[in-house]
Amino acid sequence: MVTEAAMLDIKVIVFKLMDKEYAIPVENVRSIEKVLHITRVPKVSSYIKGVINLRGVVTPIIDLRERFSLAESKYDVHTRIIIVKLDQKEVGLIVDSANDVLDVPLSSIEPQPAVTGSVEADFINGVAKLDRRLLIMLKMEVVLDNNQ
Amino acid sequence: MELNQYLEVFIEESKDHLQNCNTQLLELEKNPHDLKIVNEIFRSAHTLKGMSATMGYEDLANLTHNMENVLDLIRNGNLSVSAAILDVVFLAIDDLEEMITSIAGGGNGKRDVSHVIQKLEMIEHGKEFADNPVLTDDVNNAIEKEASPSHLQYDEYERTVIEESMEQGFIAYEIKVRLREDCLLKAARVYMVFEVLEKIGDIVKSSPSVDQLEEERFDQEFFVTLLTRESMDYIRESVCKVSEIEFSEAAPLTLHSSLSAVQETAAAVEVIEKPITKTEKNTIVQENESVKKPVSGKTIRVNIERLDILMNLFEELVIDRGRLEQISKELNHGELNETVERMSRISGDLQSIILTMRMVPVETVFNRFPRMVRQLARDLNKKISLNVKGEDTELDRTVIDEIGDPLVHLLRNAMDHGIETPDVRLKYGKPEEGTIELRAYHSGNHVFIEIEDDGAGISKEKVLQKAISNGIITEEHSKTLSDQQVYELLMASGFSTADTISDISGRGVGLDVVKTTIESLGGTITINSNPGHGSLFSVQLPLTLSIISVMLVEMESEKYAVPLSSIIETAIIKDEDILHAHNQRVIDFRGKVVPLVFLNEVFNVPGHGREDRVHSVIIVRKGDKMAGLVVDSFIGQQEVVLKSLGNYMGEVFAISGATILGDGQVALIIDCNSLIK
Repeated sequence: MVTEAAMLDIKVIVFKLMDKEYAIPVENVRSIEKVLHITRVPKVSSYIKGVINLRGVVTPIIDLRERFSLAESKYDVHTRIIIVKLDQKEVGLIVDSANDVLDVPLSSIEPQPAVTGSVEADFINGVAKLDRRLLIMLKMEVVLDNNQ
Repeated sequence: MELNQYLEVFIEESKDHLQNCNTQLLELEKNPHDLKIVNEIFRSAHTLKGMSATMGYEDLANLTHNMENVLDLIRNGNLSVSAAILDVVFLAIDDLEEMITSIAGGGNGKRDVSHVIQKLEMIEHGKEFADNPVLTDDVNNAIEKEASPSHLQYDEYERTVIEESMEQGFIAYEIKVRLREDCLLKAARVYMVFEVLEKIGDIVKSSPSVDQLEEERFDQEFFVTLLTRESMDYIRESVCKVSEIEFSEAAPLTLHSSLSAVQETAAAVEVIEKPITKTEKNTIVQENESVKKPVSGKTIRVNIERLDILMNLFEELVIDRGRLEQISKELNHGELNETVERMSRISGDLQSIILTMRMVPVETVFNRFPRMVRQLARDLNKKISLNVKGEDTELDRTVIDEIGDPLVHLLRNAMDHGIETPDVRLKYGKPEEGTIELRAYHSGNHVFIEIEDDGAGISKEKVLQKAISNGIITEEHSKTLSDQQVYELLMASGFSTADTISDISGRGVGLDVVKTTIESLGGTITINSNPGHGSLFSVQLPLTLSIISVMLVEMESEKYAVPLSSIIETAIIKDEDILHAHNQRVIDFRGKVVPLVFLNEVFNVPGHGREDRVHSVIIVRKGDKMAGLVVDSFIGQQEVVLKSLGNYMGEVFAISGATILGDGQVALIIDCNSLIK
């Protein structure tokens, strides 16, 4: 598979969580927002931080640190909400910072190594090596699966 | 030609025209001599024919054309209106509706309408063959028929035989049989068909002749005339049992139609000229009519999605308006204040206009009912008249779209279970004809739709008996129920009171579905009954689904909205008023014990928990049950736009949706029903 598609690139949005870099395909990303007022929704999973008013549309927000069971941190000026859309679901992901759009050659993506740190392996599609950077490619359908 | 862009308009307009035909036909049934009505129907049918022909829906155009011909005869006084004729026309309209639905659903609008067409033709030929017998047939049909005459020609002898047998109670049928194109042994199949038919009755004639058939000297079709006492359907089914038969059709034969067939070939030439003169006639009629008709308001059709987008954009504007108001207050600049105030007023007007744009009169739902009631009353052998009132009451489009089916169900229910058969009614000293009243009216923020019948009413004993035997309630429990509660059992799932299960209602899945649908629309349904005198089903619906009145409340720093529709009143209670019963805090509220729900505990509101000595309580209800929601403070009453929490969240406990407040923040709307146990 990889060799067949060797010539192709995919465009990704790169964001940071705990000094690690993650990537999601750009076609899933609707917009990137600064942190807005979040209204807490009671009695839902703890990683669902609540809902925001995204230009008239009530949009649920997931804290990716909590989703991946990483240490919590305070939101600061770099914190961003990446609005992603998959199937009919539109959800905002809270990340430490989001600052890059990159072309990743498919050939540089490798299946995930046996140990990828603390992020649950289920969430990961593979790892892309670019120069000295290591991008963790996220499996969006799992990240956005509310039942897990 | 690219017609897709007109498709939507076509579908909408066709529906309108068909609806018009329906309404007018019912009118016509009441005043069979009013030619104005016939003209009205004729015009609708004619427009429909023109439109469907342009759009390339042949079957549609064809059927409309035939219908039009019958109407034309009525209009010209050559045919008088009878129930039988109207039935056929109604049947044709049913078919037309089916086709339009199919087109709207992405289908090709094709349908086998030959049956209805045949009936229409028969009406026409039967009564009026001498004038212009071929009018019925399309140019196409006529040409086709020249090649293979569909009506057989009978000689003197055969006619006498047919006539005599008819007098003895036999019916003559013309049967058209078509073999499959890939049929190999045509002669064998023909033989089998003949064998089948001979068992059913006597074959008088066939076309092509038997000899020709045996030598396979025919295409795919042949015709047989049969004398029998069996029904049309039975014949058709029997013939179709022979394999490699594509279809067979049987139509009763009248000698008139056979006569007309004799003239057919000769008249076929005229056909080409006929439609032209006809259209000319129509345009004249149309012109005359349009002068008489009152000028109706000009309208355009707008896609509901566009209205939704408009609404959304407007909501954003409202939020920004709120911010602007706040800023101008802080700056306290005279001119700015003035401008902002004016803007607020204008946007207020704008809001009410946008809201009313989505409102549709319930007429759009109601006007299909008279037709349905007529048909059903016949099927049930009952005499029922339907009175419709308040059809100009307006409701939000989204509610309108949903309310049709539940109402159909309630009406059917009233007709099937409510209204008694004429003999029973006479026995009880009631007029033979039962009455169902369907009415709609505004009341406050709600619209009520009521269905009242003067039938048998609901027998409480029967309901209880059934509920116990179906395991919905226990015998002991049944004694404690109020009338209202007993009637509510009707809407419990798995309930059916009709002694015999009919296909009209009484499958036991009816009323509970109605109830759920109505509740999902934010409405309620109540049943009242006076045994022996009838029942009343009352449906209460919100005016609109998208805007609701709420009470905004605060817990710590969080804001929530409680729909006003479920609030009875608000109260301030002191600590010492709170009583404890079974680990449940309750208050004595106007003589009733009302359980308290501390919302900051239920919703785990973060905060220190305030040590208040007085509490703000909202008394809410669900049916007969009440609860007191304890909040930190009331903010006030407001109209808000209801929004969903999005697909990702799914069901959230005790939250029915969200809304965006003036400051741009989201407030959650509390679903009181799930907080009351």
